[in-house]
Amino acid sequence: MSSDVAVQIDRVGKRYGRHWALRDCTLSLPAGRIIALVGANGAGKTTLLHLAIGLMPPTEGSVSLLGTPLKPGRPQTLSQVGFVAQDHPLYRGFTVAEMLRYCRKTNTRFDQAGAEGRLRDLGIPLNRRTGRLSGGQQAQVALTLALAKQPRLLVLDEPVASLDPLARREFMKTLIAAVAETDVTVLLSSHVVTELERICDHMVLLRGGRVRLAGDIDDLLAGHRVLTGPRVDDAALDGLVTATHGERNSHLLVRQPATAPTHPRWEAHPVNLEELVLAYLEGQD
Amino acid sequence: MFAFRVLDRSGVPAYLQLVDQVRRGLLLGHLQEGDQLPTVRAVASAVVINPNTVAKAYRELEHAGLAVARAGQGTFVTGNIEQVPAATYARLSGRLRQWFADAREAGLAPEQVRAMVDAVMDDERRRETA
Repeated sequence: MSSDVAVQIDRVGKRYGRHWALRDCTLSLPAGRIIALVGANGAGKTTLLHLAIGLMPPTEGSVSLLGTPLKPGRPQTLSQVGFVAQDHPLYRGFTVAEMLRYCRKTNTRFDQAGAEGRLRDLGIPLNRRTGRLSGGQQAQVALTLALAKQPRLLVLDEPVASLDPLARREFMKTLIAAVAETDVTVLLSSHVVTELERICDHMVLLRGGRVRLAGDIDDLLAGHRVLTGPRVDDAALDGLVTATHGERNSHLLVRQPATAPTHPRWEAHPVNLEELVLAYLEGQD
Repeated sequence: MFAFRVLDRSGVPAYLQLVDQVRRGLLLGHLQEGDQLPTVRAVASAVVINPNTVAKAYRELEHAGLAVARAGQGTFVTGNIEQVPAATYARLSGRLRQWFADAREAGLAPEQVRAMVDAVMDDERRRETA
């Protein structure tokens, strides 16, 4: 594990017309991790991914990718980035072999043998047109092509959203095997929280175009808990994230360490990732 | 080689699940002193979890004195845990199973069983220290 920063984002904002898709975003994405980018549809996830790798310039603020400040029209850092866009776009009329040849020609670095080996292990025939592959196989081909660039940063936009549970697991298996072999940093956006808990060790949560939560998942879980006790309607508690009320009881999800003292009327429970994510996605502005 | 599993939604962090499995494996004799644990890479790929999580579990095991990493060779379990002897395990687990069957027949829910076990353990501990 490295303490280096893969992507440094400083006070970044992106405006489309009069609408700010992203505002006042400051983030350090640590290298050597698998980082989850979480948020509802329209929260700014895709915008943030595109800004992070310089696919478009921010309206304000600055981005530094793998130690190099991004400038418009200077795409050299992109050769160190693998990107799989939503829905794993492939040329559907190309065979898998033609797709490989195309990517070898258009990239400065391309591990042809490694890619062929991985596809063989997955049982994906090289002579099949990509449009005739299953959704899971198309996702695997797109991932294999991105990995063959031997990127230092791999960015995946909703990689498993359209896949069934088995294909999802197989995709993650390929991803984990690649991460374990190299020290590639992975930044992936997803709604599927249970998957994230196994795969990711760092998380960034967006709501309404702003970063609401960011950090190592273990630290985030250790830094929050649920307090259960008699109903309180005016909970003016430090670090209160959300409150749910029954007729006589209340559950308060609060940002405070497990070691913080509690009033004897309250029972403290650890929080799981799904609860934590939902609480922040629902939170009020 | 020892096989791990990780459950989602169990409420127990994945790295602690791995640590607990080694601890339990040692207590029950599925793991013996000197056994090699699979590499971080192998566990991550097999269980489909983040390699950093596996590395963290292995560091915890070392910290707890349950495993030792030998450079270039891998991670090996040490015998630093009081194992339940096989004969004792067989004898006591049989009686425990019988007791659980009785508890189920008496209509006790799992949390009532757990509460009873905790209460008896607390009583015994208090008697010992008294």
